[in-house]
Amino acid sequence: MDIRVQDDGFSLGDELERFGKGSHDIGAVVSFTGVVRDTGGLGRMEIEHYPGMTERAISMIAKEAVDRWSLADCLVIHRYGTLAPGDQIMMVATASRHRVAAFEAAEFLMDYLKSRAPFWKKEFGPDGAEWVAAKDEDEDALTRW
Amino acid sequence: MIDVMYFAWVRERIGEPRERVETSAATVADLVEELKAREPRYEAAFADLSALRVALDQELSDFDAPLSGVREVAFFPPMTGG
Repeated sequence: MDIRVQDDGFSLGDELERFGKGSHDIGAVVSFTGVVRDTGGLGRMEIEHYPGMTERAISMIAKEAVDRWSLADCLVIHRYGTLAPGDQIMMVATASRHRVAAFEAAEFLMDYLKSRAPFWKKEFGPDGAEWVAAKDEDEDALTRW
Repeated sequence: MIDVMYFAWVRERIGEPRERVETSAATVADLVEELKAREPRYEAAFADLSALRVALDQELSDFDAPLSGVREVAFFPPMTGG
């Protein structure tokens, strides 16, 4: 299990190349990458987080995913700071014996990271700055797990 | 003394990211009432508690939770990770 909360960018290719290496019995690797959507006019996004709690919350979520789907490995990288449209915000990767577990665990991780990891996004556009509001459906998504 | 932290628009309304607060509040809700009585900026930040979340010692909690033994309280809007 590897959890990283960082200001710097990351190379998706390098991360996936390394991921799961050295682990046995892996038949499937699934990954998801979150990207700053260019909604037209978005200048930049600033991501604030709660140092300490962020790492704790992500670790707890990842550990639950590993236990529940018997993952061979799990990687979460989430950035904070200033990002531009098109930049990668975060990624998760899951490795398991079979694909269903890897897909499900990745979805579980994403649903929980969305509303249980202490990050807040602020968008800066031509009309000023605005905090991104949490959506009801993001909270509702947790009930399926 | 307790460390109180604010994030996102809560931090902006209050005007600082953290402060040390001398309090004898029994619960989070009591602490919120004490802060609101201080200055209008706290009133503005805590006007609608349904729009806020609270963490005690870095774990998500509730407004009716007791503060006994807690060292760090954080107030913030619903999280938007991912």
